[in-house]
Amino acid sequence: MIPSQFIPKPFKPPAPSIPWIITFTYLILMLLVPTIALFLKAATLSPAEIWRIATSPIALSAYNVTFGTALVAGAINGIAGLVIAWVLVRYAFFGKRLIDALIDLPFALPTAVAGLTLATVYSENGWLGSLLVPFGIKVSFTRLGVFLAMLFISLPFVVRTVQPVLQEAEREVEEAAWSLGASEWQTFWRVVLPPILPAALTGVALGFARAVGEYGSVVIVAANIPFKDLIAPVLIFQRLEQYDYAGATVIGTVMLLISLVMLLAINLLQNWGARYGH
Amino acid sequence: MVTEASKTEHQANLAKIHQSQQWRRAANGQQPAGWQRWIKPALIVFVLLYLGFVIFIPAANVFVQAFSGGLDKFLHTFTERSFIKAVGLTILMALISVPLNVVFGLCAAWAIGRNQNFPGRALLISIIDLPFSVSPVVAGLMIVLLYGRNGWFGPLLSANNIQIIFAVPGMVLATVFVSLPFVAREVIPVLEEIGNEQEEAAKTLGASSWQTFWRVTLPSIRWGLLYGVILTNARAMGEFGAVAVVSGNIAGKTQTLPLFVEEAYKQYQTESAYTAAVLLAALAIVTMVSKALLERQTGHRAGIGH
Repeated sequence: MIPSQFIPKPFKPPAPSIPWIITFTYLILMLLVPTIALFLKAATLSPAEIWRIATSPIALSAYNVTFGTALVAGAINGIAGLVIAWVLVRYAFFGKRLIDALIDLPFALPTAVAGLTLATVYSENGWLGSLLVPFGIKVSFTRLGVFLAMLFISLPFVVRTVQPVLQEAEREVEEAAWSLGASEWQTFWRVVLPPILPAALTGVALGFARAVGEYGSVVIVAANIPFKDLIAPVLIFQRLEQYDYAGATVIGTVMLLISLVMLLAINLLQNWGARYGH
Repeated sequence: MVTEASKTEHQANLAKIHQSQQWRRAANGQQPAGWQRWIKPALIVFVLLYLGFVIFIPAANVFVQAFSGGLDKFLHTFTERSFIKAVGLTILMALISVPLNVVFGLCAAWAIGRNQNFPGRALLISIIDLPFSVSPVVAGLMIVLLYGRNGWFGPLLSANNIQIIFAVPGMVLATVFVSLPFVAREVIPVLEEIGNEQEEAAKTLGASSWQTFWRVTLPSIRWGLLYGVILTNARAMGEFGAVAVVSGNIAGKTQTLPLFVEEAYKQYQTESAYTAAVLLAALAIVTMVSKALLERQTGHRAGIGH
């Protein structure tokens, strides 16, 4: 006879209580119906039409600027974020708590404000932009401006995903590795890195997803010129302003599908990270 | 018997132990020898420079610019009608969106946190997270396609003289969409952590579900809920992309503070832009200080508020 607690309980569908009803009604009204409206609108166009708009030169260039720049910004923040998390967890220095708290600023600061101040500071006569003029580097109103805005908004993600993992990682394990004769490099590669890697990649993916969808800061800091620094979300906005609903819908659908793929990738990365007990 | 080979091996091991002690000292913050002494200051300087260029200097610039023309010019913006209207509309967005998302967030958190193994639980969590990964512009586009003049409900709405797009209701829908996940996200882990023993006890003692919620559940999730409310509020007041798409950005009518910032900047009214920006930056600071206080209160690190 198997003790009863070892027999899996059959799933009992929850009674339709008020919280369930509110949850589903709200999700359907606020999220699902609008999402379906986008797909249905796209479905009213012929496949040839969809393909023509989705792969038009201006759209391809906008994807290229959006994803290419977000990828570079994500990668740089991936490395810098690892260093920042390491410094904040392992070292003690004056002002550390304040700096730690201020890392969240890009989450809290409205994107329009971020765009405004980045455009000013990195303009040709701004505090930092003027330092770059002698080198012939222009940031505001160029693709570098897009990059900078994406760097700003995706910065906290890697720091905040890696920090708790580093905090929980026990230094004794590292010391055990050294005393068992592992070299510094082996210790880093085999002991320190494996639990950090999924967390860091999750952070990079979250930051990348955020940067790809970003509108507010980029539209202010860039010149939004097609084939130069026009990103896909701004292109959607411009199409809507010209009442080109078909154009906006197709490019919006492409962006939504990519977001869904990113969401799946982030979930897979988090499951991978959960193997290390986080 | 001590052979030559085992002697060199022994020496190699000693060298390794010596090396590991250097690392240990470095890790404990003591002064290590040689080049390793420079790792810590070099990394700290790198972090300060990087954060300085990307975050701190631009953030400080908001405050410097806002007050560089003197307090008079700063206060002058407060008398502009479109500015006053934008402040009011921004507060209205939060006043409507936050309660709606709190009710939903609590229900969803209860459904997910108190039912561990229903099919599609992971899918439900992912659906709630959807607004975080969808571009705000795409969110706005969806609402235009649904309620706009040529949208699915367009004919029905215009027949009844209801305007949603280019008006406040559409802006509320867009704001609700982008700030939907915060409360649920913050409350689910708290509910899971506290367990349901107390709730069961209250029910056994004869409390109704409503009494149990008010007297037992709500007090124990209050800090998580409060943090969720703060994040929802920050997003609702600061949202730009989604609201820009649905509002039409009509000054004095459908312009919130973030839209005012962009409009003023484009019109070369830099001072007005920075006055509005500094208000929004103050909101960001209040949000971050509240987060720090709540973390101290609960002893937990609050989750990412993206």
